[in-house]
Amino acid sequence: MKKMIKISTLTVTASLIAVAAQADKWSDQFPHIKNTGDIAGECSYESMSKKDYSGQKLTINTHAVPVIGEPTALHAEQFSKLTGAEVNVIHTPAGDLYSKAMVPFQAGQAPYDIVFGFSNFIRDWKQYLQPVPAKYVNMRQMQDVTQSHIDVNSWDGEMIQFPIDGDRHYLKYRKDVIDNPEYQAKYKAETGNELRIPQTWKEYGEMASFFNGWDWDNDGELEYGSAEVMKKDDLMFAAFFSRSVAYAKNPRVPGGYFFDLESMEPLINGPGFVEALTDWVEATKYVPPGGINFGLGDEINSFGGGQTLFSFSWDDAFVAAMQDDSPIKNKVGAAPLPGSDRVWNRSSGAWENEYNQAPYIVWGWTAAVAKASKNQDVAFDYLCFFANDANHQADIAIGRFGVNPFKKSDFVPELYVERQGWDPEIAKQYADTLMEMEEGSTNRVFPLRVPGVFQFNSAIATATSKALAGQLSPQEALDEAAADWKKIVKRIGADTIREAYAIGVALEDNL
Amino acid sequence: MNFKHKYLFLLPGFIVLLGILIFPIGFTVRLSLSSWDSFFPGLDFIGLENYTRLFTDDPRFWESFQRLSFMSVITVFLQYTIGFALAHMVWKEIKFQRFFRVLFLIPMMTTPVIMTVIWKTVFHESLGPVNDFFSLFGVTPLWLSSEALSKVTVIIVEVWQWTPFMFLLLLAGLLSLPKEPFLAASIDGAGPIRKFVYVTFPLMAPISIGAIIIRLIEASKIMDTVYVLTSGGPGTSSETSSFYIFIKGLREFQFGYSAALSLTYLIIMIISLTIIAKMLVKLMIRN
Repeated sequence: MKKMIKISTLTVTASLIAVAAQADKWSDQFPHIKNTGDIAGECSYESMSKKDYSGQKLTINTHAVPVIGEPTALHAEQFSKLTGAEVNVIHTPAGDLYSKAMVPFQAGQAPYDIVFGFSNFIRDWKQYLQPVPAKYVNMRQMQDVTQSHIDVNSWDGEMIQFPIDGDRHYLKYRKDVIDNPEYQAKYKAETGNELRIPQTWKEYGEMASFFNGWDWDNDGELEYGSAEVMKKDDLMFAAFFSRSVAYAKNPRVPGGYFFDLESMEPLINGPGFVEALTDWVEATKYVPPGGINFGLGDEINSFGGGQTLFSFSWDDAFVAAMQDDSPIKNKVGAAPLPGSDRVWNRSSGAWENEYNQAPYIVWGWTAAVAKASKNQDVAFDYLCFFANDANHQADIAIGRFGVNPFKKSDFVPELYVERQGWDPEIAKQYADTLMEMEEGSTNRVFPLRVPGVFQFNSAIATATSKALAGQLSPQEALDEAAADWKKIVKRIGADTIREAYAIGVALEDNL
Repeated sequence: MNFKHKYLFLLPGFIVLLGILIFPIGFTVRLSLSSWDSFFPGLDFIGLENYTRLFTDDPRFWESFQRLSFMSVITVFLQYTIGFALAHMVWKEIKFQRFFRVLFLIPMMTTPVIMTVIWKTVFHESLGPVNDFFSLFGVTPLWLSSEALSKVTVIIVEVWQWTPFMFLLLLAGLLSLPKEPFLAASIDGAGPIRKFVYVTFPLMAPISIGAIIIRLIEASKIMDTVYVLTSGGPGTSSETSSFYIFIKGLREFQFGYSAALSLTYLIIMIISLTIIAKMLVKLMIRN
């Protein structure tokens, strides 16, 4: 008996040593995964090393470096070393990703095997993309993806795009300021209100204004209230929708958020959206100088560099703030987007004086294989390798990579404490915030994914930017956007858009 | 003599002309009569619908054209004035003449998009060195986020980038001027200002007109500066026609409509520049 126990112990120990030896072997060759080593799976480094794609070539069109472009190139180099495939990566500015792929798609050409883009391209792109084979959908690493992100990458139940990134908008704030007893007392004395994580956009505005334009972190520089993505056409319309969901997404009113599904009348110039834009125009007073021209990169650098009290957008600014080289590491917190004390009911035509909050499952980065690609197997293996557990955990720790959590296993606080040196309280708050948005809410808004989506987004970006610039009032701006949307619906066809929009509405209405 | 083979010699040139000029224009005309966009790819035929839309339901294009006219006239005027002054300065024998001639050409030799990115950093309202300087005086101009100043910033960058082109053309013109009129003016007792007004400037008129027209054509295509600096913002305050056409064509994927915009814009520019050239001839040469 004692001999059997000894043999079992030796066997288990030998297995663990073998696994550890393999983990070291891969992380020695590929320092990117030094924190975890290789993690076993169908698309792990070990698994990929057994494939021989010598003589095969992949061409990938991806975003510019660093956001998504840098990890694409890095994983291409790794994949090439492991499998022998030749991988050619082409970098394209964000605004041109859509057209650069769409032009050859429509011309029947296939210059790219893999195209990276935003997940809301799906309705326009899907006819040119190869659905993800069942083999990958059923893999363990795919089963770990949250349902929201399965939905974002699927069309009518079929996965068309490969999940490689997760996105949502949430609030980021300076914990060292909000939790500071001295500032809490000062804020209470001067405003009569509590300094706390803002529960509504009005509170957000009041606190941001209070902390605007003085040196509240004693670093010798002026700090400001909020860093927001306001630059026209640089994803700013997503920031507008994040502000508007609390006022306009009523959980008791199904049938559409951007349009009334029945009539296909735009809803974006309703009182809820106007209230949000009014708040946003006010926000131009508490952003840093030039903040109205901040793109996503400026927002990441501004909040991540400690210039502002608040920010809200994708994960990147938070991750950048929590990196080892950040001056504000472990001084930031994550929370759901502020809500509102009232929400518009478009059915009754009145405000409901009830607290409302709604997560905006914003579109994020995604990748897909072209239907016309002659190397589909290699292409899907590359994407699977990109998103394997080891690469994914390494990628989400680097803010500039633009890869954010989208797997259930990402929302374990210990991951961030042990691997990235996060404060345990902050790690828990971060994980809880994201998980609550993914799985906890039924009042979600999904991105608009209809034919001609860029025309709709461009119209709303132009209109809201006119309001921010003071060219139009919020109501005038949104009336102009709604008028443009009606023309677009008429040109493309209400039935065509309704058919696509119904799929998104079904997700929002939890059908 | 048999000249039938002359057509064979003309053929290569004609093929090139067909490929780079006739076919693209012809295809654009055809495209403008279709509704090609992201959802309806292909050359269907919708007649003049795109043009009707442009002339009756697109105030944004006309506003952008107005804005472009203003910015390009100011830009070219400044380029001409500064370029002429610099050319005049290095025309005569001065110390380090060759050094200055090369120095003044450097901006034109740089890559416009890269330089615009650098200018964007320079004019960054929070972190740029320009506002670091201005903050010493208690002001922080909003170079890229003010309706008025955003246009000024675009103009500054364009003037910096393309004044050397004016300088080059005008210096070449100055160097080719005959000496006799200047000698005669000196004999008549004309000072430097009278020489410039009555001799130099009139003699430079033909070259000036050519340089101004060339720069107006180029300035009317302002695109990359706007794209990098402001994306046409804040709002639409720095949006030019070419940037608007870019948005319609390559952002919104409305190929048919943007083809109609492009052709209309081309015709307007041809007519405008012809009128401007005639006016300049009348103003600078005949008077």
